[in-house]
Amino acid sequence: MTVKTGKTLMEVRNLKMHFPITKGFFKRTIGHVKAVDDVSFDIIEGETLGVVGESGCGKTTTGRCLMRILQPTSGEILYRREDGEVVDLTSLSSRDLKPYRRDIRMIFQDPQSSLNPRMPVVELVGEAMRLNGIAEGKELEDRVAELLKKVGLRPEYMRRFPHAFSGGERQRIGIARALSLNPRLVVADEAVSALDVSVQAQTLNLMQDLQDEFKLTYVFVAHDLSVVEHIADRIAVMYVGKLVEICSTEALFDRPMHPYTAALLSAVPKPDPRLRGKGSRTRLTGEVADPSNPPPGCPFHPRCSFATDLCKTDVPPLRRVEDGHMAACHYAGDLPIKGVAALAG
Amino acid sequence: MHDTTPLIEVNGLQTQFFTDEGVVRSVEGVDFTIPAGKTLCVVGESGSGKSVTARSILRIENPGRIVGGEILYHKDGEVIDLARIGPKTRQIRQIRGRDIAMIFQEPMSALSPVHTIGDQIVEALTLHFPISKDEAKRRAIEVLGRVGIPKAADRFGAYTFELSGGMRQRVCIAMALSCEPRLLIADEPTTALDVTTQANILDLIADLQKETGMAVMFITHDLGVVAEIADEVAVMYLGQVMERGDVDSIFHDPKHPYTRALLDSIPRLGQRGAHRLASIRGMVPHPFDRPSGCPFHTRCDSYMPGRCNRIDPPAVSFGPGREAKCLLHTKEEGVA
Ligand SMILES: Nc1ncnc2c1ncn2[C@@H]1O[C@H](COP(=O)(O)OP(=O)(O)O)[C@@H](O)[C@H]1O
Ligand SMILES: Nc1ncnc2c1ncn2[C@@H]1O[C@H](COP(=O)(O)OP(=O)(O)O)[C@@H](O)[C@H]1O
Ligand code: SF4
Ligand SMILES: [Mg+2]
Ligand SMILES: [Mg+2]
Repeated sequence: MTVKTGKTLMEVRNLKMHFPITKGFFKRTIGHVKAVDDVSFDIIEGETLGVVGESGCGKTTTGRCLMRILQPTSGEILYRREDGEVVDLTSLSSRDLKPYRRDIRMIFQDPQSSLNPRMPVVELVGEAMRLNGIAEGKELEDRVAELLKKVGLRPEYMRRFPHAFSGGERQRIGIARALSLNPRLVVADEAVSALDVSVQAQTLNLMQDLQDEFKLTYVFVAHDLSVVEHIADRIAVMYVGKLVEICSTEALFDRPMHPYTAALLSAVPKPDPRLRGKGSRTRLTGEVADPSNPPPGCPFHPRCSFATDLCKTDVPPLRRVEDGHMAACHYAGDLPIKGVAALAG
Repeated sequence: MHDTTPLIEVNGLQTQFFTDEGVVRSVEGVDFTIPAGKTLCVVGESGSGKSVTARSILRIENPGRIVGGEILYHKDGEVIDLARIGPKTRQIRQIRGRDIAMIFQEPMSALSPVHTIGDQIVEALTLHFPISKDEAKRRAIEVLGRVGIPKAADRFGAYTFELSGGMRQRVCIAMALSCEPRLLIADEPTTALDVTTQANILDLIADLQKETGMAVMFITHDLGVVAEIADEVAVMYLGQVMERGDVDSIFHDPKHPYTRALLDSIPRLGQRGAHRLASIRGMVPHPFDRPSGCPFHTRCDSYMPGRCNRIDPPAVSFGPGREAKCLLHTKEEGVA
């Protein structure tokens, strides 16, 4: 898999999403959950950018900011339109955002709760087209039927309600719904995490086919590293609201630069009993830091086996270590950490 | 390799739910052995009957009913058929929690939100051992420390809401282990946890097993976890064990098309590439639409029309503890 050398579709600059923590009757703000804290990255047209990290590290919040479901505390989200013009989505009113809501769509983890149980499939998938005046009546139904076929569902079932479908089928309905307005960017938040392995494989293959057919760009949020390795061209690793490493999938698995990335990779169970106990392995001790009270210096330092005094005081910036490989560690590039091949012994 | 004394032998177990819509045959003739001191992993997609099987062993299958088969528990030379004891009898209550303990995917289902974690362990201990409150407290703190709860003595008085998901699962393990069971049944205990926390919990269970010699029945849908911890494996589909054997044979010489298909459909770390994942077509049938013959025939790539949809594949043996239920291995109809 090679890194796509397309144009930048979106540039995220210094994105912050701080949720206020309030207390008492007057909702006094007593602190902030720094769910996303000064994160910058690019999304290249046509690529799949994986976003990984432990739960609570800010993956979903980042995705919701890109969609402008959340209004970020600060930062810029520079989106390059099809005509080449660049707009900052954070500065737009919800009315001016409307055309971009068609371009950027989301697929959620739990199709059960993201699909209105009282809407038949034809309405779930067709609603957005109707509301946007794209099609109605018979034409709308034809378009829905077409979309259902694309995601491998029978058009005859379009009058059924979500409960009549299995988890994997509901996820396909969610995908058809996301694709109904011909989006350019799809943010998939743990879209296959709740599925059984056989259905997960079907869904991943489907998403890859649709990407080729519709020239889609994916931001693929997931906590399962083997799934992300399979589908992503590049991967961003988050830890307590910060981006700690971003690079090509190949580089991340072969030459991780951040000790946190190495620990994550080491924790993934390898599906071969002959690799048991082989290779080096790191175990993280202690708990993930609290995003309302992150430690000073490097947020990972309390759990890092390479931490020095510098790490306790100075925040390591995300910096370029190699071409296309950025890491936020004072010692990135100089540490004796190993990739997956070495883990397999 | 198969040098084992059985602790639990499950033979032909059938557990069913009698619902308004009909009978759900959740467990439909399950056979496996849990060797003493070893780890049996039960793997399969959701709805395959893993949890109901585990609950049947502990006799907490209610509202389901065991309608056939046996669950032989080998206890110091004595053999007790757990399937035949009433689920409310004194005998099973003494075995439950004392000889066989269970932990669940969602730790809160086993923990009380209104009692301190220490009190809950003390209660479990005093229920099964004639010991004083002080002695129970001492042991509770010891076991909390053993499962990696930092400052265990201080945390004795903590409530569950003060703990992270990983710490709660550790408390459940502490509670399960406080009575030194011979068998720990772990039903997807790490599924809801991050990989990093999962790795620590798996290490912990392995260490405790080494120390205490207990057997573990570990239920998971994650083949990676199976490869890391199992001695023996049972692969379940629609209420049956399709294949069982030692972990190396299951991964490197699978005999059943379902096992092979499962192995092929997982993305593997380090094997990236633009290749497509092999997937199993269709999906697990609804329990009311159990296929005739081989339950897997509707999705199987080796499906033989006229045979697989008609004949219940018998278990074909490939050695001690090594079996598969697939007609590819049966020469004449019904005869191995
Ligand atoms: N609406 C909200 N209000 C307050 N805190 C929130 C909100 N949404 C998320 N958070 C907090 O932000 C942090 C990051 O959450 P999230 O983005 O959901 O992480 P992830 O998707 O990586 O698990 C967590 O500490 C979470 O509790
Ligand atoms: N209380 C119940 N009532 C009716 N059916 C049930 C009940 N509990 C489980 N089942 C059914 O039994 C089958 C096996 O369930 P389970 O053992 O939970 O599967 P697994 O743990 O492998 O995912 C499923 O079809 C499930 O719907
Ligand atoms: S018995 Fe037939 S359908 Fe079942 S697994 Fe074997 S080949 Fe496939
Ligand atoms: Mg999330
Ligand atoms: Mg279960």
